[in-house]
Parts: sequence; structure tokens; C-alpha cells
Amino acid sequence: MIDPLPSLRSRAGGLRRGWSSFRRDLRHRLSSARGPLVALGLYVIMFAIFVGEHPAGFSSNVVNTAANKGALLALVAMAQTIPVLTSGLDLSVGMVFVLTNCLGSRLVAGGILGTGLGVAAVLGLGLLCGALNGALVVRGRLQPIIATLATGSIYYGCALWLRPAPGGVINDDFAEFMTGSLPGGIPVTAVLLLGIVLLGWLPYRSSVIGRAAYAVGSSEQAAFMSGVPIARAKFFAYVLAGFFAAIAGLLLTCLTESGEANAVLGGSYTLSSIAAVVVGGTSLFGGTGGAVGSIFGAFVLRTIGDLLFVFNLDPLWQPLFLGVVLLVSVGVGSLRLLRIKSRLELFR
Amino acid sequence: MATTFLKRLDRPVLAAGGAIVLLLVAGGLYSSSFVSPAYLLQQLQVAAFLGVVATGLMLVILLGHIDLSVPWVITMGGMMSVAAGGWTRPFSWLAIPFAVLCGLGMGLFNGFGVAYLRIPSMIFTLGVNAIAQGLMIVHTSGFAPQDHATATMQLLAVGRSIFGIPNAVWVWAAVGVLTVVLLNRTAFGRRVYAIGNNERAVFLSRANCNLVVVGCFAAAGALSGLAGALLAGYSTKAYQAMGDPYLLPAIAAVVLGGTNILGGRGRYLGTVIGVVVITLLQSMLSIVQMPEAGRQVTYGLVIVGMLLTYGRGDRNGG
Repeated sequence: MIDPLPSLRSRAGGLRRGWSSFRRDLRHRLSSARGPLVALGLYVIMFAIFVGEHPAGFSSNVVNTAANKGALLALVAMAQTIPVLTSGLDLSVGMVFVLTNCLGSRLVAGGILGTGLGVAAVLGLGLLCGALNGALVVRGRLQPIIATLATGSIYYGCALWLRPAPGGVINDDFAEFMTGSLPGGIPVTAVLLLGIVLLGWLPYRSSVIGRAAYAVGSSEQAAFMSGVPIARAKFFAYVLAGFFAAIAGLLLTCLTESGEANAVLGGSYTLSSIAAVVVGGTSLFGGTGGAVGSIFGAFVLRTIGDLLFVFNLDPLWQPLFLGVVLLVSVGVGSLRLLRIKSRLELFR
Repeated sequence: MATTFLKRLDRPVLAAGGAIVLLLVAGGLYSSSFVSPAYLLQQLQVAAFLGVVATGLMLVILLGHIDLSVPWVITMGGMMSVAAGGWTRPFSWLAIPFAVLCGLGMGLFNGFGVAYLRIPSMIFTLGVNAIAQGLMIVHTSGFAPQDHATATMQLLAVGRSIFGIPNAVWVWAAVGVLTVVLLNRTAFGRRVYAIGNNERAVFLSRANCNLVVVGCFAAAGALSGLAGALLAGYSTKAYQAMGDPYLLPAIAAVVLGGTNILGGRGRYLGTVIGVVVITLLQSMLSIVQMPEAGRQVTYGLVIVGMLLTYGRGDRNGG
């Protein structure tokens, strides 16, 4: 009467389906993580060459210096990633970085309480800058490129006002802790980056506004039709960008133990952050990618200069080399054109 | 007659024009020298350099792209023109064409990457900027070139040969007239707008999209090179990073003039007015001796304020 076979069959089918869906899932995860993985691989290879050629070898000092230099750009690149995911752009990240550096050089001083309040003020300023950007983009309905271009000028003016000449005194112990190594030779900045990814980025990405940011970047109209909180997602993207840029500014204050309203520095960090985001596998059209890839992208960009140094190449060649590497690494992405079936797909 | 004329002036043009009047009135109240013909002609001369750069950038922005290689292509134009002036001593008039040619080359490369390799212009032109910078730093060993600008370059940049109007303004006017004709009277120009609106549709109508994109980037590069040669003539020398202060003001000028940063919409008259607004603003802020900090903040606030009054997107997003 009751045939046991169908249920068995269906169970076997379910298992098979489970396995194939698992494989599909794995393949999907791998293909969506291809950018960060390529950047990570590139970084590991480059860093291995760098350490191998370095006169001091694999010492805690070398690792620490590399981590500190990379972490600055990595943080600014993380900041840039989130607006880019919403298919926006934040051209003011570099200036927020400089502004918070200047504020840090004034406030992060004194005892534990003073330093703590100073750090809070610096991070708060970053949030404020981000909120202004977000408000202009969401409430003001301005194009992100031009709105953040203008606010960048405002932030730079504030930085100049805070620190007309380079200088400043900051809490030595705090600065040394932030730029030093933990016992075992692990750089504090690496731990800081890991902590931000685990406690900041990953929870954000799986939260409603984080997923909404991806949805907005991939198709704003579809996101709107599905009731995704578009305005909140965009606003928080810029707020978080300001926050991450402020952490970078704080770290710069610790590294240099001073502040400087340096427009060239701010501009170059803004542009390098875009490059790092792209090298890390995030699409400038929005919707795909992530901050982890940007961290590796930033480390790749920073290691290029170090490689030239250990190979004793003339530093004059560094900008040219950097440009060629950048173009080649984004040019590799064009190989996908060979697989395109209809030329219509080329056009947006 | 008057109404058709007013209709042709769209809101951004009127608003930016109003901003110029406001700036001049405020300046005139501060000091009468702000409204003297000598000062205004001087400002037009300075505006001409930005105007030439903004013209090229506008072509690219109309496509929905952006050209971030402007700073170092300008510097390349300046350095190559003074260098060519030195090499080709008897034919030193070749200096300017050589600078334009170098800029054209970089622009063609930009266009190739964006159109044929389909790399987003923002990142490709950023890389090209780094390459132009690298080439120039290798060429000069990191120092300012010793060569001086040729007589022709100086004449073109600072001379006032006809009616006392600076020659640089004539150059800008020539570039402007050519651009207006190109945009409004040729199939190429109409395709520029069409691509900015919907590139797929242009492709499906069997127009050669890639050629138009390459053409616009090439023009932008050539104009940046020309601006570099003019700037070198203006300061009699080329120097490192001489183009850096031109990228962001040029973008701001194009957008303040009502060109949509996403492409497809914008008129050249708007860009002209945007350039004049930016130049006047910068000049007045530096003359009233406000500290640099206040100047930067005011500059940013004015741009945000102007955009909020007329540069806002549609309410329905998308």
C-alpha cells in the first residue's frame, strides 16, 4: 500500500539537490570573493618578495612598518568602499582624514581621560562630516561626486583653521601603543584592522542597511520597488565613510605625533582610495565588492613602492611604475570582454 | 523675441549668471576696483585657462564619463611645450602644436581604455594621470625644467594684440565657438548627448559609439595640453604639478553651469558662466585677504549653496 521507495527517492533527490545547491553556493561565494582573493594573492606574493629582498629580513620591525603604512590607506579605502557600493563616491574622504588628523593633534593629549575624550571627539567629527555628506546626497539630492568635492574643500578649510602650521602635542603612550606591536610581534594596526572588520564591517554588511547599500548599488529602482530603505542606506554609507576616515586620521596622528593641514596628502589619499577599492574587486558601478578586498587592495598599492625600494630602483620611476601596475591590474578585468556573447552587453 | 531668448536660457545659466552679478555687486561695494574694466579683463584672462580645460572636461562629462588625468596632462603640455621650444630652436612655433599633440596622445589612450577596454573612466584616467606624472618626473628628474616658454607662447598667454583684449581670451573664444558648432551642428555632437543619455540606444541605431567616446577623450586631452602650453607661457615656465589646481575647479565649473554630471544634458554657455563664477570667486576671496582657511570654507559653501538652489536631482531617485 504504502510505497517506501518514493520517499526514499525523494530523500535521495533532496540530498543530491542539497549537494548541488551547496556546490552552487560555494561557486557563487568563490566567484563573488574573486576580487579580494586575487588582491590577497597579489599582496602575499609581493610581500614575500619584499621581505625576501629586505636586508633586515622577516623581522617584527619590518612587518610593523609595513602594517602601519598600509593600514592608513586601508582605512581610507574601507571608508571609500561603502559609498562606492551604493554606486556613489566620496571625494572628501582624504580631506576628512586630514581634518581629523588636525583635530587629533590638538585634542588627543593629557591623561587617560583627556586622551579618551580626544579620541571620542575625533571620531565624532568624522561621523559629523559623513553625516553632512550623507545629508547633501540624500536630502539635498546632489550628485555625490560634486557634493563631496565641495564639502572636501570645506573640511580642508576647517583643517587649516585648526592647524595653520604643522605641529601639535599628543599623548606619547597612546601613540606608541597604537603604532607598536603586541607581544609576539603582531602589529597593533593589524589587530585594529581585524577588529574593525569583525566588529564593524561584517555586522554592517549583514545588517538591513548594509544589505540595502548593496541593493541600492545594484539597482536603485528595484531596491525602491522592494521597499528597501534607500535613503537610510545611502545616508549611513556616507556616515560610516566619515567614521572610517576619522579612524585613519587618528592613526595618522599617532604615527606622525603631529597634525598638518596638507591638501596634497588629502587629495592623494582620496585618489589612492579609489584605486585600492578597484584593485580590491569592488565595482565602481556599485553593488558588488566589499571592504575586505579594499584592505588588500590598499596593501597591494602600498607594497609597490616598497618593492621598488628593495630592488634599488630609482625613486623617480615610482609614479610611472605605480600607474602601469594600476592600469594593468584594472585592464585584466577587460578579459571578460572576450567572453561576451552579444556586443549589446558592452553598453549600459 | 525677449521671451524666446529667455526660454533659451535655462535655470542653471540664469542662476549662475545671477551669481556673477551678485559677486560683482558685493565686490563693487567692497572696493570699486572690483568692477573696473582692467580687473575684469584680468579675470577673463585667468578664466581663459580654466575655460579651455573645462571645455574638454565638459565633452567628457556629457558622455557620462570623467577625465581625472587632467592635472598631469596639463603639466605634460606645459613641460613638453617648453622642452620643444628648446629642441626646435629655429622652429620654436612648434612648441604649442607639440604640446597639443602630446595631450592628444594621452587623450586617445584614455579613450581607448574607456571605449574599447570598457574600463570605468574614473579609474582608467586616474591610472593615465599617474602615468603622465611618472613620465614627466622621469623626463625632468623631479625638478622644474630649465627651459623658458617661447615668445609665441608668452604672446598667446599674456599678450593683448587685438582691441586690448587678452589673447588667451581669443584662444578660449575660438575653442568655445568650435565646441558649440561641434555639439549643436554636427552628427558627432548630437551623438555625444545621445550617448550620455542612453549608450545602448546609440549602439542599436548603428552609430559608432566607441569612435565618439575616443573623440571626446582625445579632444579633452588635446585641450588640456593646450592649456598647459598657455599656462607655461603665462608664468614663462613649466613646473611640477602645475595642473593640480585645475581639475576640481573645472569639474565644479562644468557642473555649476548646469551640465549633468551623469551625462546627456548641458550647454556650453553654462560652462562659460560656470568658469567665470569660479574664477571670480577665487579671485575675490584671495583679494579680500581672508585667511586661506576661510577661503576654502567659503568656496565650498558657495558651491554647495548654488547646487542646492538649482543643481538638485529628481525627487524620484533612480
